Amino acid sequence: MNFRIRVLLAKIGMDGHDRGARVVAGALREAGMEVIYTGPWQTVDQVTKAALQEDVDVIGISSLSYDHVLVPGLIENLRRHGADDILVIVGGIIPDDDVRMLEEAGVARVFHPGTKMSEIVEFISRAVSDRRKKAI
Amino acid sequence: MARQAKATELAGKLLEGSELALARLISLIENDSASMSDVLPIIQHSLGRAHCIGFTGPPGAGKSSLVNHVTRLLREKGKRVGIIAVDPSSPFSGGALLGDRIRMQAHSLDPGVFIRSMATRDSYGGLSRATGHVIKLMDAFGMDYVLVETVGVGQVELDVMNTTDTVVVILVPEGGDSVQLMKAGLMEIGDIFVVNKSDRPGAEEIALQLQVILQMNARYAQNTPPILLTQSIDGLGVDKLVDALRDHRKGLNGAVLEARRKERRKKEFEETLAAVLIREWRRLLEADPGIREKLALVLEGSTDPYSVIEEMFPGGIIRQNQE
Ligand code: B12
Ligand SMILES: Nc1nc2c(ncn2[C@@H]2O[C@H](COP(=O)(O)OP(=O)(O)OP(=O)(O)O)[C@@H](O)[C@H]2O)c(=O)[nH]1
Ligand SMILES: [Mg+2]
Repeated sequence: MNFRIRVLLAKIGMDGHDRGARVVAGALREAGMEVIYTGPWQTVDQVTKAALQEDVDVIGISSLSYDHVLVPGLIENLRRHGADDILVIVGGIIPDDDVRMLEEAGVARVFHPGTKMSEIVEFISRAVSDRRKKAI
Repeated sequence: MARQAKATELAGKLLEGSELALARLISLIENDSASMSDVLPIIQHSLGRAHCIGFTGPPGAGKSSLVNHVTRLLREKGKRVGIIAVDPSSPFSGGALLGDRIRMQAHSLDPGVFIRSMATRDSYGGLSRATGHVIKLMDAFGMDYVLVETVGVGQVELDVMNTTDTVVVILVPEGGDSVQLMKAGLMEIGDIFVVNKSDRPGAEEIALQLQVILQMNARYAQNTPPILLTQSIDGLGVDKLVDALRDHRKGLNGAVLEARRKERRKKEFEETLAAVLIREWRRLLEADPGIREKLALVLEGSTDPYSVIEEMFPGGIIRQNQE
């Protein structure tokens, strides 16, 4: 067996701030994960399709200019395609009220600026291995 | 057991056209290639229809952008296209950044295109070990073309040669002088050569040098392969490449293609055999403390592998049935 955690890292909407996403992509690679990076300006449909074809364990959305409001739509889309077992996390500048809204919509966790990379890596590793145990 | 049931079920759904099944099956095979033994019997009769094309060349030569444009032209003809884009795994962390997809966004919503990024994992031949299997899955899924992009290669990563029907070697004007061209193993594996980024100075020169070098090579004594100039930023010249791909596929008809595929199946067989041997060996190792002691001598460096293998298996590892 040669199992690796696969993560799709994407930015949806018009937001072009991609520095954070790149930093996170590098850190996850260092931690032994396979990261598919789409770059900015993706639509919800594009992210859904990429996640399905790449069969990822995790979708990470980076948002610094309010595009996180599109994430509930993404989760709904995944559910429609039978892929609601994918873990969705969000990082960037997210107001507190919206954090609650995202978590209610099914986002597993929201990460704010200044988050330590080790925290992100640990969260993903633990969450994915929990899901795998449940699936078996 | 559960694994086998899952593989069988997914293979059935794959043949019915489920994209999700294709995606999940690829992961299953990538994580545990032994699963292919459950899948192959189900898909075997659906294989061999797709034209499989490899795109190889140095890092940043424009492989992904070229695949993007070739896909566009094939889609205009209504062909279904599977894309396997391989990027390197870190030899230290085992992780990978898979970025080829960025260049193929134009097709990200097209139902006739399936793009899968793969990391090389523990392989150093420019592809991942599972690539050959994934080509088969896409073939069985009904793709007319399977386009395989290797990692950016240097002079030795040549697995693509034994994995695809047609190999496109992509070079760029700043690719070095003619001595470097002559050294590179790449020069011997191409069925079609492309000088991409031909908007830059030196493209025609390199095409000329390339022609001289290829003419000197015994492999191309019968006919020199086409050398084409492209610009994969705007797609200039890519239509000629698609024509050349079609011509190569036509030339491969009957005997030549079959010989090539036989060679590939032989290699696959030997790889499978090696994998099965190693699996059995590990089982033996777990069960037999005596064997473990002998292996310890090799691990600590006091005995060489050949002597220990000869001692453990005096008659050879594979013995024919005597009856
Ligand atoms: C650098 C920067 C830019 C650069 C962007 C360069 C680039 N390619 O990324 C430039 C100059 C181009 C730029 C432009 C603009 N910017 Co600007 N920019 C910033 C700035 C100063 C820093 C952002 C940054 O790179 N941080 C460093 C990275 C590493 O941190 P990070 O992205 O937050 O990521 C961390 C975490 O959030 C988390 N994370 C992030 N993503 C993800 C994803 C996952 C999956 C996970 C797990 C974690 C995670 O982990 C990271 C590491 O801890 C911020 C202010 C700020 N303090 O954040 C404003 C800021 C984001 N920009 C802002 C604005 C308004 C703009 C502009 C619209 C115009 C303007 N006023 O300058 C344009 C629009 C650009 C566009 N096309 O979208 C506003 C956004 C306001 C808002 N939220 O509504 C901010 C907040 C400034 C402000 N206070 O007004 N900007
Ligand atoms: N000037 C010029 N640039 C090009 C051309 N084709 C591709 N590029 C640029 O070259 C860079 C690399 O292109 P890719 O298609 O990603 O190259 P690649 O061979 O797939 O790269 P790796 O997969 O990383 O090895 C990009 O910035 C492209 O925009 C071309 O014809 N002319
Ligand atoms: Mg590429």
